[in-house]
Amino acid sequence: MNRVRHFSVGSLLSAAVIAAVLPAPALAQTTLRVVMHSDLKIVDPIWTTAYISRNHGYMIYDTLFATDAKGEIRPQMLDKYDVSADKLTYTLTLREGLAWHDGTPVTAEDCAASIKRWGAKDSMGQKLMSFVKEIAVVDPRTFRIVLKEQTGLVLSALGKPSSNVPFMMPKRVAETDPSTQISDFTGSGPFIFKKDEWKPGDKAVYVKNPQYKPRSEAPSGLAGGKVVKLDRVEWRAIADHQTAINALLAGEIDYIESPPHDLLPVLRQDANVKLVDYNPLGFQYTFRFNTLHKPFDNAKIRQAVLYAFNQKDFLEAVIGDAKYYKICKSLFPCGSPLESTKGMDGLLDSNFDKAKALLKEAGYDGTPVVLMQSTDIAVLTNLAPVAKSLMEKAGFKVDMQSMDWQTLVSRRAKKDPPAQGGWNAFLTGWVAADMLNPVMTGFLNAGCDKAMFGWPCDAEMEKRRDQFARETDPKKQKAIAEAAQVRLTQYPTHIHLGQWYQPIAARKSVEGIVTAPVPVFWNVDKKGR
Amino acid sequence: MGVVAVVVFLLLRLTAGDPAAIIAGDNATTQQVEEIRGRLGLDRPIAQQFVIWLGNVLRGDFGESFFFKKQVADLILDRLEPTLALSIFTLVLAVTAAVPLGALAAYRRATWIDRAVMGLSVLGFSVPVFVIGYALIYLFAIHFAWLPVQGYQRLRDGIGGFLTHLILPSVTLAVIYVALIARITRASMLEVLNADHVRTARAKGLAELPVLLRHVLRNAAVPIVTVIGLGVALLIGGVVVTESVYSIPGLGRLTVDAVLARDYPTVQAVILLFSVVYVLINLVVDLTYTFLDPRIRY
Repeated sequence: MNRVRHFSVGSLLSAAVIAAVLPAPALAQTTLRVVMHSDLKIVDPIWTTAYISRNHGYMIYDTLFATDAKGEIRPQMLDKYDVSADKLTYTLTLREGLAWHDGTPVTAEDCAASIKRWGAKDSMGQKLMSFVKEIAVVDPRTFRIVLKEQTGLVLSALGKPSSNVPFMMPKRVAETDPSTQISDFTGSGPFIFKKDEWKPGDKAVYVKNPQYKPRSEAPSGLAGGKVVKLDRVEWRAIADHQTAINALLAGEIDYIESPPHDLLPVLRQDANVKLVDYNPLGFQYTFRFNTLHKPFDNAKIRQAVLYAFNQKDFLEAVIGDAKYYKICKSLFPCGSPLESTKGMDGLLDSNFDKAKALLKEAGYDGTPVVLMQSTDIAVLTNLAPVAKSLMEKAGFKVDMQSMDWQTLVSRRAKKDPPAQGGWNAFLTGWVAADMLNPVMTGFLNAGCDKAMFGWPCDAEMEKRRDQFARETDPKKQKAIAEAAQVRLTQYPTHIHLGQWYQPIAARKSVEGIVTAPVPVFWNVDKKGR
Repeated sequence: MGVVAVVVFLLLRLTAGDPAAIIAGDNATTQQVEEIRGRLGLDRPIAQQFVIWLGNVLRGDFGESFFFKKQVADLILDRLEPTLALSIFTLVLAVTAAVPLGALAAYRRATWIDRAVMGLSVLGFSVPVFVIGYALIYLFAIHFAWLPVQGYQRLRDGIGGFLTHLILPSVTLAVIYVALIARITRASMLEVLNADHVRTARAKGLAELPVLLRHVLRNAAVPIVTVIGLGVALLIGGVVVTESVYSIPGLGRLTVDAVLARDYPTVQAVILLFSVVYVLINLVVDLTYTFLDPRIRY
């Protein structure tokens, strides 16, 4: 009897201990636990161009137009749009039943205010707004964009897939000064941001928007029906790649947006994990010149670098696996409508003899190139040593200076000469969707002080970019884009170093990941809820 | 504290990196960066920035984080529990393991036990925290799947999850601390073991355990407690790494994130807080001497 009692008491105690130690049973709702490429710190996707803020924007906001899987612009929040015969008036009509997260209807006034705020911040938006005479509200669901002169930018700018995306916000939010961050996160998108659960450095939480009315079409790129199949999405901030991988293998998280390429073999070996190639355009590496200072104030010397480099060395050094990179000499991404190799013959082939001849012709005096190397971002670290090696083979003197990315970001904004804390060159990566045409490609801006860091100054290039903005015929646009590419070979503002692809790593229970240039969570489902 | 405040403030301003450029993002223009710099007050002279910051700190206002747009005090309060829990667990674990191990090594001096304890303590002191962390994760979280890989569960969400999430990080962090305390315990006890009063106690026929506890360990306690106090600095450094490896949203990770983002108000506040904690703990250690050794008076 005593033995039985002891057994019972022991069992009860054991059960109590096990119950206390084991995690609580999962809730009935479907929660997707995700590790994004970085922690969400800034939640205003118009105020910053940071990709994580853009991704946040796609969760909670919607767009008037969106880019589909073929790169074409499709209506998203719009029921229809009409273009006048003179192509100066665009009449846009919202779909019926669109509502903000607080239940109030989405109106044309909201959209007009949103376009104005975005147009004040985004470089392509600013270009578009330079053509806009007025944005007039016709009725609660209809508004007109009236242009001063024709431009082909209206649809491509309003449907641009990457930063800054023209997300629609309620008028009261959109009227916030563009230089001030918003504090009201009401959107009309497929998910609702749980501000009360947002803990920077820990997690950001989104729940399904029950009022969201998806389009009837199937999802295609960032366009089509945004059907939400998850109840809750948690973006967990796990800064350490290895920890994130371990957590995925252990089933503690479901999805990693950017697993490092050197750890992909570990993931491939696990039967419960899959790699999903979600972004067909991928990313583009670029080498950026500072045109203000010697030696890169001389276009011929910059051309010498264009001859000295080859894309394969860079891509092998960083990505390694040929499955995840593509040699692409086109200035605009391979696979995009403006892909072309015009003017690129003989370039990016490591023709050191030609590079040396150009240096001699340009009178290169041995001024060292201050090359900034970022050491804390895995997909960038190995680029600078390759650049240094290739440039030295061509006859350059290179002073490679290593620093963390944030120091590089701060230093690249300085116009001072390299000897006084400035710089000559650095390497970075872009989402290819940010480089789809001459206006969108930030590094092509050659507007001197108005250009991005590096400050190239070239009236010819600016003329081509303006021509592209004014042109409405896609065929003629392509010809202009090719002319811009040819001009780039004569006046290099940057060098494109090839495309690479970043798969998502997910548990096999995760399905429906959309193929798009941005990781989005509509259509995604998780089995075994 | 004043010196710490000045040094931290100046070091941050002298460090390369511009929070405005970081906040603005990759596609931002120079003008946008300048706008942000103005809004953050970073375009003012450094002396003026310091006076404004110091005045606010003296009023208990640590300012708003550049990045998180939250009050720094709120950010710190939110991160306090994980770090406090991790530190207390580690400290308890380390002292509980290290003092008996050190005592045993001293008592069995020059035997294989002594050599094993000292060998392990050298190893524990030499292997970096992150290596220990990854090894433990591989073994106990991936291979055996007994414990979670990462994360933290707040106490209010259940004691079970709270404990299981703390075991691996605490053990990881405790290793270096155990090594340090065990070595000091051994050395201190060896000095006392040969003292006259110990010989007298044994001669009077006292059993070995009471001799060790009452007459040896107590008299050897002052250096041990001193090392525990000094080791808090080690603990703070270890917390930063351990919280990163185990993805624990505590003050250590807040510090790393804030430093990488050049979030001046947050870095300044966290370092001031760590300094205060360090000073207070060492004050407590000093006061403890009077209980351990009646000859010490202040």
